[in-house]
Amino acid sequence: MSVILKTEKLRVEYASRELRSGIKVALNGLDLEVRSGEVFGFLGPNGAGKTTTMNVLLGFVNATGGEARLFGVDVREPIARQRIGYLPELTYYYKFLTAEELLRFYARIFGIPRSEADRRIETLLKLVELEHARGRSIKTYSKGMQQRVGLAQALINNPDLLILDEPTSGLDPLGRMKVREIIQRLKSEGKTVFFSSHELGEAETICDRVAIICRGELKAEGKVSDLVTQHQCDLEKLFLKLIGYQPQEVI
Amino acid sequence: MNNVLAISGIVIKELYRRKDFYVLFVLTALITLVLGSVSFFNDAKIVRYLKEICLLLIWVASLVIAISTAARQIPAERENRTIFPLLAKPVTRGQFILGKFLGCWLACGVALVVFYLFFGVVSESRGRSDSSTTGLTSSAATEGHAASAKADDHEGAAGGDEHHDDHAGTEHFSVLLNYVQALGLHWLMLGVVTAIVLLGSVVFSAPSSNITISFIGIIGILLLGEHLNKVALRQQQPVQGILYTTYFLLPHLEWFDIRDRVIYDQPPIAFVDCGLAALYAIAYTGLLLFVTWFVFRRKTLTL
Repeated sequence: MSVILKTEKLRVEYASRELRSGIKVALNGLDLEVRSGEVFGFLGPNGAGKTTTMNVLLGFVNATGGEARLFGVDVREPIARQRIGYLPELTYYYKFLTAEELLRFYARIFGIPRSEADRRIETLLKLVELEHARGRSIKTYSKGMQQRVGLAQALINNPDLLILDEPTSGLDPLGRMKVREIIQRLKSEGKTVFFSSHELGEAETICDRVAIICRGELKAEGKVSDLVTQHQCDLEKLFLKLIGYQPQEVI
Repeated sequence: MNNVLAISGIVIKELYRRKDFYVLFVLTALITLVLGSVSFFNDAKIVRYLKEICLLLIWVASLVIAISTAARQIPAERENRTIFPLLAKPVTRGQFILGKFLGCWLACGVALVVFYLFFGVVSESRGRSDSSTTGLTSSAATEGHAASAKADDHEGAAGGDEHHDDHAGTEHFSVLLNYVQALGLHWLMLGVVTAIVLLGSVVFSAPSSNITISFIGIIGILLLGEHLNKVALRQQQPVQGILYTTYFLLPHLEWFDIRDRVIYDQPPIAFVDCGLAALYAIAYTGLLLFVTWFVFRRKTLTL
């Protein structure tokens, strides 16, 4: 399997806003490899550097050191983003547009011909079950519906790699299940999915491989079954161990 | 170019769905109509004052539209975080800036066309009604000359009518050309204004501060820009040098203001001058957009 996403010794530093705090290291020499066709879970506690990694991969933040590549192309090149779909953690879309208009706008950005865009919009609205609300502006949607519009826009270019930032966060159980079903379906279609989460159960269910990071450093990487066997504990205990959590004694 | 056009389309869609333009247009229309309907001191030349007020309102309204629309584009994208899904697509930051500029500029252009059409209709209708009134008065006053007119040669009179028609036609064309030139130069000026405000929006974090600073700066250029060199003449060094440098660096927006030509029905500007003004505006707009891109290109965007 070819490597689709690769980071080598990726380092990101931020100048801290607090006085005399100096520089904050968000990522410290992160090495990652995601192969074609796999569902890769990127796990870590809040503030571990998951979103920063995604920001670098999407060109929002420039790495201080190391390199990141998508399909062998430096992430700073816009062409690297031609074959990816991105779903942010929260819904960040033009709320004055309808779902159909939003999808048409992104289709235009990808240079998809109008007839093909029409066909894809139909398919995607059906996939995310938003056909009935296609003509309503996004501001009238519930959170779950907005998340599904997000998923549809991430798939408009029929991407080879999907980058999902905590795709099920804030959704009700039904919404989570639907998102998981869509990820499974994409996997069966041979798509590569790279998603960040701190939902360990979710990662265990749908991921082929996972990486656990903490304080900007990679703590473990591999198949869930291999990691569990190697450390002789379940994923949750392994996760807590790797992030250095010490259980408090209950008084 | 496709990305630039797609982004500009969103800007225009947002503008007409936010209804800012309608409010300003209705306000301008109402003030103009109220002012246009009253007759001050039975002055037959009231149409000139009407034109002056109407054009001033159009200038103020267009500046408000251009500044407020351009100032919120990039900060609103960052605040609402809509910039992230967009830049996660194969869109460069240069295309993003250009798209925002083009959208704002085109939106201003649409607003200007509507404003000038309204202006044309109001001033033309008022002009006609005033000239018909003055026509009646003058015909009554010159009744005494009617008898001598009867003695005039009929052929000569017909020739005079033809000449009069030609003259009226040329005058109408000249008025129309003045309107078109005023609209075109105004729109070019708004291009420079939009570029200034877009640059401000990547420098200042809050749109409100950008709007205030841009508005003061642009009004300052429009009112004082042309006098800066005269002020510099009366100063000692180094103030003189600073003022001269500022005079030559500032975009002279007042050069695009040909309202007086429209108000006083002066002959249109030569097309060469219009072309030079267009080149001047394009050069400044290009330079400002380049600086905006340069500041924005490596800016860290964090979720």
